[in-house]
Amino acid sequence: MSVDAATVRKIAQLARIAVTDAEVPHLQGELNAMLAFVEQLSEVNVEGVEPMTSVTPMAMKKRQDVVTDGEIADDIIKNAPMTENNFFLVPKVVE
Amino acid sequence: MTATSGKLMKGATGDWEVVIGMEIHAQVTSKSKLFSGASTAFGGDPNTHVSLVDVAMPGMLPVINEECVRQAVRTGLGLNAKINLRSVFDRKNYFYPDLPQGYQISQYKDPIVGEGEVTVELDGGKTATIGIERLHIEQDPGKMLHDQSPSLSYIDYNRCGVALMEIVSKPDIRDAEQAKAYVTKLRSIMRYLGTCDGDMEKGSLRADVNVSVRKPGGPLGTRCEIKNINSISFIGQAVEAEARRQIEIIEDGGVIEQETRRFDPDKGETRSMRSKEEAHDYRYFPDPDLLPLEFSQAFVDELKAALPELPDQKKARFIADLGLSPYDASVLVAERESAAFYESVLAALPDRARDGKLAANWVINELFGRLNKEGRDIASSPVSASQLAAIVALIGEGTISGKIAKDLFEIVWSEGGDPRELVESRGMKQVTDLGAIEKVVDEIIAANPDKVAQAKAKPQLAGWFVGQVMKSSGGKANPQAVNDLLKSKLGI
Repeated sequence: MSVDAATVRKIAQLARIAVTDAEVPHLQGELNAMLAFVEQLSEVNVEGVEPMTSVTPMAMKKRQDVVTDGEIADDIIKNAPMTENNFFLVPKVVE
Repeated sequence: MTATSGKLMKGATGDWEVVIGMEIHAQVTSKSKLFSGASTAFGGDPNTHVSLVDVAMPGMLPVINEECVRQAVRTGLGLNAKINLRSVFDRKNYFYPDLPQGYQISQYKDPIVGEGEVTVELDGGKTATIGIERLHIEQDPGKMLHDQSPSLSYIDYNRCGVALMEIVSKPDIRDAEQAKAYVTKLRSIMRYLGTCDGDMEKGSLRADVNVSVRKPGGPLGTRCEIKNINSISFIGQAVEAEARRQIEIIEDGGVIEQETRRFDPDKGETRSMRSKEEAHDYRYFPDPDLLPLEFSQAFVDELKAALPELPDQKKARFIADLGLSPYDASVLVAERESAAFYESVLAALPDRARDGKLAANWVINELFGRLNKEGRDIASSPVSASQLAAIVALIGEGTISGKIAKDLFEIVWSEGGDPRELVESRGMKQVTDLGAIEKVVDEIIAANPDKVAQAKAKPQLAGWFVGQVMKSSGGKANPQAVNDLLKSKLGI
């Protein structure tokens, strides 16, 4: 498996990362090197082996249904570039 | 399973069949969010019901709310669906300001609930069975306001991270009526279960409706998805409008483009929506922050044993035990509150076997009729279940006639009071004293010799005499006694 220049641009766009045309060949090379590295795994026969989700057998941790958080609107919006009445403000996303 | 055929739509080239599948987003009833301890309460000042987890601050990790898991399992059981003892949370990646994580935690390949089915009630006592494809748990996004400024969108994350159940139907729905009945039934089941409050005005229940059209029995057409419809009647209107639009395009030689659309209730039409993401490339992958969700069959069995009686079971019981018609039983069980009211009436009846059916008639026709007329709901009914039971029992035992009972109902509705005492104090008791009724009958027969002659020739004219006797007794004469007496006196 390998990626072409168009795929690199598409991945960048989906990840909202600005990539200049000059950077594309370099990134394409890096991505392909990574894919080639990971591809080595396909040499291993995993027939009948369950995918491993955890190094030690453990169950998912669960919470009880109680309100233990919130009421910290000032903290929540603290780093926002633009706010009003504790709303986050962003450039308009619909017409 | 085969779909129940629905209403075909007429086009210039003949009939068209509509094929509908739905995704219902139902907010899970819980105190705190799916993966954080912030409150799920509706309303609240902007960003007050928000934790650092909900806005994806660095280093924050999701921890699942076990009650949300139970609610999803209960709902799955209510949909007669397969419960998966192991399910997996995945990241659905997209950038949009309503979701600070940059991905929605959802379930993709391995949902918590698999295939099931629900039976929905249609007009004329018909039913249709709609297949359920799956139910999975995911996070609700935040709320955006676009009308506060010409250039900015305002974002409140109070709703962000509240648990949602996405319930996906099979494409078994065939017309607007079935679509509405399906959502009505899901809402009813979830309200009985207490797993979603079903409040569509507050956005607790939203529907995405996939619509395509085809010639009956022909290959499936291209579908369009109408997003986020928040009223059952709009669902019906949107289906009709969208099917009509597609038929016109195809009949004009055009091609349907698969796209996401929005329903405009004011104009009664669907419109193309600008896509959230040009390419719907969500790049799902298992969320590395969350282990697979696993539980035992015993956990499921315990929840199953504690489920309340659901609308279908209640309906079957009302029909079998009380002899209600399927229609009456459906009306009573549709809303949990209506069923509870009827059951309170039943509990207060001295003779349930005798009066249960009569009580159903009174709840449906007199009480619901009156409540609808005045735009009130059952919770604010001026007539309580025990008052209605007393009225019904008075009819059942023969103390008052059905006609007088309506007057009594009016008094109880507007003035309140104990029906039994009102009957005594206002002299509303039915006259069953045969001597007294006979006296009235004799008077009327004596005063109308011409009518007597007519009635002897045409026995159906005896009804006129019944009316006269009832009138002169103020409606209190026992109608059966009046009938019997008249028949023997007139010799018919």
